[in-house]
Formats: sequence, structure tokens, C-alpha cells
Amino acid sequence: MSEDLTPEEQDDIIQTLPLDRWHRDQGARMVPFAGYSMPIQYEGILAEHLWTRESAGLFDVSHMGQLLVSGDGVDTALEALMPGDFVNLGVDRMRYSLLLDDQGGILDDLMVTRRAGDFYLVVNGATKADDIAHLHEHLPEELTLNHLDEHALLALQGPKAVDALSRICPGVEMLTFMTAGAFELAGAPVWISRSGYTGEDGFEISLPAEAAEAAATLLLAQPEVKPIGLGARDSLRLEAGLPLYGHDLDTDTDPATAGLGFAVPKRRRAEGGFPGATRIVRDLREGPARKRIGLILAGRLPAREGAPIFDGDTPVGAVSSGGFSPSLQVPIAMGYVQAASAELNRPLQIEVRGKRLDAVVAPMPFVPHRYVRQGS
Amino acid sequence: MTTYFTEDHEWITVNGGTATVGITDYAQAQLGDIVFVELPAAGANVAKGGEAAVVESVKAASDVFAPVTGTVSEVNAALEEDPALVNSAPEGDGWFFKLALADPAELEGLMDAAAYKAFCEGL
Repeated sequence: MSEDLTPEEQDDIIQTLPLDRWHRDQGARMVPFAGYSMPIQYEGILAEHLWTRESAGLFDVSHMGQLLVSGDGVDTALEALMPGDFVNLGVDRMRYSLLLDDQGGILDDLMVTRRAGDFYLVVNGATKADDIAHLHEHLPEELTLNHLDEHALLALQGPKAVDALSRICPGVEMLTFMTAGAFELAGAPVWISRSGYTGEDGFEISLPAEAAEAAATLLLAQPEVKPIGLGARDSLRLEAGLPLYGHDLDTDTDPATAGLGFAVPKRRRAEGGFPGATRIVRDLREGPARKRIGLILAGRLPAREGAPIFDGDTPVGAVSSGGFSPSLQVPIAMGYVQAASAELNRPLQIEVRGKRLDAVVAPMPFVPHRYVRQGS
Repeated sequence: MTTYFTEDHEWITVNGGTATVGITDYAQAQLGDIVFVELPAAGANVAKGGEAAVVESVKAASDVFAPVTGTVSEVNAALEEDPALVNSAPEGDGWFFKLALADPAELEGLMDAAAYKAFCEGL
């Protein structure tokens, strides 16, 4: 956002989402986020967080970018920009992937789904304009890129999400983690995947903007469901050990440094052919110089993004995101440190307002994932 | 006893030469669930408008400023065990610290309850 604008002018360019009025009617506190007015919380972050872990939470993530890419050779074209295996990805199956710059730095993280006639991509709201420009520049001209900017995106997350959604949208219970399909919800055609950003079982629902209010109202009428704001979305994903672009991931990180080796499958490691492949494959094999780690802090004082991390007296890195874990009732954080300081259970210290807080390197996720996988 | 309010949403209740300081109900509602309060040390000198405490909510850290200049005489130890007192009783059991006033005349620039209410309604 330009600094030449007054605060009033900046307010003017904050866009509203299809469910803006609906959120206000539910008592949401709205804040500017990624250029949109978004609900940060309804009844309170702690209550919303814990409700999602025990029942089902409804999130509006319509600020995210929904893109369709189609044309001959679209799978190999996408493989030139990302380290995923899209050639062998089955129809209605999805993968977490990373859009990489020329050096292998992370431009964005995203979900990629192969559908019968196209690939469906969901990218971050704050980066979507840059992503679209990058794809336009680097994809072959004969491919077609569509931005579904008239679509909303809802997420229903939590152990009871399947009970609530299957009652009003029969068949979704047949989906397993990271699969998707076309359904009808509240009279509208929708695209539903079994996926999310909380570590819980759940679904993401793509639908035409004009159908969003009826669908959200119907979902909220289910006894398991409450509306959940961005505040709890952040604390839930942090407990789940899931990185947030712009904080835990940026162009100074790459798949090896970020601990996202699962997004670089065997065939791509062997064949390469994605940006930065030589260095990334070597770092995945030999270990990167810096690593993303989880940290559990002693006491109750949280460490926030940017807090320096020490190993003894030596500065070894910084916190990339941190907060108080509502489920564990302790402060937790993610950060990047020199590889020698990254081993599990290693005692480190984090500096917050001049004080050194004791912390220990902890496995992620901090709270176990509860995905419903195929065959389970 | 008289209670005054600041534009930064602190309250200060004055009883003779000492005063009790906390944050207002409006402030706690804006901050959301509070998980930690970092209080000044007893005996510390705080300056009007200077940082005196830090509240950590689930989402962010926020400074609490001293409404007036003085010396901290006591801090609310209950907040260490139960920081959520600031949410449930911001203008009661969720008080932050007590001050020996250095200059009672500083109080004159603060708002009374009616003026603070009007101030919040204008936000």
C-alpha cells in the first residue's frame, strides 16, 4: 500500500468481501487484512479456537485467490514453476505446493487440485496479484488462466465438520483428506475439498459469491457450527505447525530451509526441472544451513515475530511467528535457526523486551493433526 | 476517591496521595483474550505517558502507559496467575499497579467518566 495516501484514502481502497454484512450481523469485529475488511473475531479468539478443536468452525477465506489453469500440457507447465508432481496427480486429488522464484525462494504456498478439465489453485490473498502476474509471465501462452474473483471460499473445520456438512450436503463424507469434488449446497453448485488450515478434519467450499450468504447461513444453522475469525485461524494453524506466508515463508526461505520436503516428491528430486532445483535437492539431501523449528516457551509470556533466538550467548536466528497456544495453555512459536541449534529438545533462549526467555525446540505439529486419510 | 481516564484507555483512581491504575473495559474488549501481563517492579518510577506495563493478548502485545508520574508502590500479583482478570474485571480485580503520585496537578489534564464515555463513542 502506498505511503503517499492518507489513512482515509487507504480505508477507501480496503475492499469488502461478499459476506461483509453477514459477518457484521454475526457480531464480528472487522479489521483490514490483505487489502480486505475481514472478521478478526466474533465472541473471542480463545473461545473460537477451542470450539473449532472440539466441534466445527466456519471461516470465510474469500480473500484468497482462486485460479483455474487449463490447456494442453498444463501439468508439465505447472511443474516448471513448482516442485510438485502434477503429472501423476489423479483427478480430484490435491497437493500442497510452492511457487518458487528463479533462485528457489518461496513466492507463495498454495493448494493445487487436478480436476477433469483444469487445475484449480488456491493462493494467499496478500500475494494473489503477484502470483497471477508471475503465472502470466511464466506459463506458456497457449494455456488459459482464469481468476475466479466472483467466487467466495468458506472453510468448515473441526472434528464435527463432517457431521454438519454431510447433513446438508450428502456425499462429502466420502471424501478423504486432500481429495475434492463437485457438490450442491443451498441450491448452488459448489466445489468441496477435504482440507484446511487448522490441523483438524474439515472442508473447504468454493462457491459463487452470490450463493455465499445462503450457504453460510445454512452452515451456521447446524448446531455444531460457530463462526470463527482470522485471530483463531492464526492460533489454530500455529498449533498445527503450518507456516503462514509472509511470516514463516518468504523469498529468503526455500522448501529445504522451511522443512517442506514433503512438497518435493521423489520423482521431482530425481528429475529436477523446477526453479532452484539443484540447490534445493542438495539441501534436502545434505541438510540446509538454516531450519524452521518449533519452540515451546517456559512461563506464560509469548514471543512474537522478529524476537531473536539465542543458543547460549550466540544469536542463532529469530521467531517467525509466535503466540499463546489456547489448547496447550503455553506460549509456542516457530522460527528459523542455524541447523546446529535445531535438534529436538535443545534448550534455547528467546529475547523479548530485553529479557531472555527459556524455550525448547519442540516437534511440530504442537497439537496432533486429525486428518481423515484414505484407508483410515 | 475520583477516577480519571486517558485517551490511551487507562483508568486511574486517586485516593489521597496514592492511585490505582488499570485499563478500561473498552481497552480489554479491543485487546481480546489476555494471556499475560508484564507489570513494573514495585519501587520503579514511571513517567506520565511513558511505558509502564505490557499486555499480551492471544494476537498481539500492547503497551500500557502511566497516566501520571509517580513511584510504583504495589503491583497486582493476582494477574500473574490469572491474567484473564483483566478481561473479566478490568476496572476492579484486574487492576495493574498502585502509584505514589509525584505531581497531583497532572490529573487535571485527564478525562472524567462522562468525558471518557463520549470519547469512546466518538471512536
